[in-house]
Amino acid sequence: MTPEPVGIKRELMKGNVAICAGAITAGCRFYYGYPITPQNDIPEYLSAHLPAIGGTFLQAESEVATINYILGTSASGKRVMTSSSGPGISLMQEGLSYMAGSELPAVIVNISRSGPGLGGIAPSQGDYFQATKCGGHGGYRMPVLAPHSVQEMYSLTMLAFDLADKYRNPVMILGDAVIGQMKEPFVPTPYVSTVPEEKPWSLTGCAGRPRRIIKSLHLKDDEIEAHNWKLHRKYMTMREEEVRYEPTHLEGAGIVIVAFGTAARISKTAIQWARAEGLPVGMLRPVTLFPFPSREVDEAVSRADAVLVIEMNTGQMLEDVLISTRHHDKIRFLGKPCAIPTPEEILQEIRSLAGEIGVKAGNVR
Amino acid sequence: MKNKAKEKFTKQVFSRPRSLVDVSTHYCPGCHHGIAHRILAETIDHFDLREKTIGVAPVGCAVLMYDYFDVDFVEAPHGRAPAVATGVKRAQPDRFVFTYQGDGDLAAIGTSEIIHAANRGENLTVLFINNTTYGMTGGQMAPTTMLGQKTSTSPYGRDYRNDGYPIRIAEMLATLEGTAFSARVATSTPAQIRKAKEAVKKAFDMQIREMGFSIVEILSTCPTNWGMKPLDAQKRVLGEISGYYPLGVYKERKQADFA
Repeated sequence: MTPEPVGIKRELMKGNVAICAGAITAGCRFYYGYPITPQNDIPEYLSAHLPAIGGTFLQAESEVATINYILGTSASGKRVMTSSSGPGISLMQEGLSYMAGSELPAVIVNISRSGPGLGGIAPSQGDYFQATKCGGHGGYRMPVLAPHSVQEMYSLTMLAFDLADKYRNPVMILGDAVIGQMKEPFVPTPYVSTVPEEKPWSLTGCAGRPRRIIKSLHLKDDEIEAHNWKLHRKYMTMREEEVRYEPTHLEGAGIVIVAFGTAARISKTAIQWARAEGLPVGMLRPVTLFPFPSREVDEAVSRADAVLVIEMNTGQMLEDVLISTRHHDKIRFLGKPCAIPTPEEILQEIRSLAGEIGVKAGNVR
Repeated sequence: MKNKAKEKFTKQVFSRPRSLVDVSTHYCPGCHHGIAHRILAETIDHFDLREKTIGVAPVGCAVLMYDYFDVDFVEAPHGRAPAVATGVKRAQPDRFVFTYQGDGDLAAIGTSEIIHAANRGENLTVLFINNTTYGMTGGQMAPTTMLGQKTSTSPYGRDYRNDGYPIRIAEMLATLEGTAFSARVATSTPAQIRKAKEAVKKAFDMQIREMGFSIVEILSTCPTNWGMKPLDAQKRVLGEISGYYPLGVYKERKQADFA
């Protein structure tokens, strides 16, 4: 159990509200959004709490408008956030592409639901492709953070604001209905900024300085090509510097689970049970989905006898795992689109996998 | 002696507005964007706003306007300028924020954003350039295209049975409570230009006094895509176009009634 910092009390909090707390603590005072299930706790909380601290809450006429309010406030040099769910995030893709092209920071929260189309409101991880490969036009990337606890909903939101400012790029928090709506104890740790507060590119009126222009249009061939390479170098730096993952019992694990978010959270229970049975199971949980911990996954797959990729979809992160390693024969997949896998199901999968590859139960304590 | 005489007997009465950059524009001969740009720049200068202005550029012929104005500028996706401007103004209520949009941008793809910005009484100023066509993309039919007008996508002339009717934005936005000022002007004669400038000044003044949303629709020309000589294009505005789109002030709020 995490020790409690002196003077800071543990609180029982909903995941979606923890995102709000993280945003406010990180200095975000602007939020725009449009209602959609299952993330409404976020606009509801912020509409009540932002005005009281001098912040601005504005409900937009659509997600198309939302992302452009975000663009304008970001261009003004302010920290700004929106949240939505699958269908709404789809409508924001145009604006996200413009923001990536214009190099504007913001935090975008996707508390995803099942799809495609209107889909359903059941928890799902079906937006992995859209988030990590980026659904807008033109070929851009953005960091994607996948919290698996209420504590991380809080801490990764704070990190998201720093990454956004560091790279002048949108950053996405990819959660789902379970992680957004469950309550658990969390510790409101203080925010320590890792980026300068000054934004020497922001539009504030050109008093005492030359005018500034924020745009994504580059009509000259050499200009747009140079801009694309510049963005590419930024994305490569993200790959070098921002990979985050959590290893769980990876040392000596014959069977390695690769899962993120809610699927990883549930897997942790199954791993406990399996290890109690003497099965050497561990997990590599990507915390950043982009950049994906490819090197670490490859190392884990190389050392393991078998790898079980678990997702609440029909196999999306699975493709990134397959790209990361040559050992495709070791990889198995458990998919639960639009539903939550139970620890029992996962344990059953681990047991049959152990039987299949001949992993013997022993003392793994 | 010579210079002193010059000082005594000459006075500069006309120059480039401070808010314009000394470059030539990409606009076609006979296009009225140049006139609208100058009116806008003169009004920024008139209120001494250059150093506290943030402009929002559209997608269309005026996308490059940030190369011509010596003020801070952000480029919006097609039709989204009122939403981008909302984000700027909410973050910086003490700055002057305007959008400059064409009829494809504002009256087609951006109808939702313009209506809701107006309806919220968003304290913004909008210059709306209506030349009844999509200029930048090669003269396709716009929602503002006149009935019977031939364009590259209405080669037989706009037919209401297929394409509906030309949309009157200044009148429509005047019906919204949040709109403080809505007017339609033209720039085809010196007298019209003077009136247009007065309207733009009033629109600016609304934002300065925090009265709410202000818009000036400017009936413009597109000789290139209309297939007309510049003078004939001006005549078309004076006749056919202002016949369907009457000039005038459609709403002028006298006092802030939602304070």
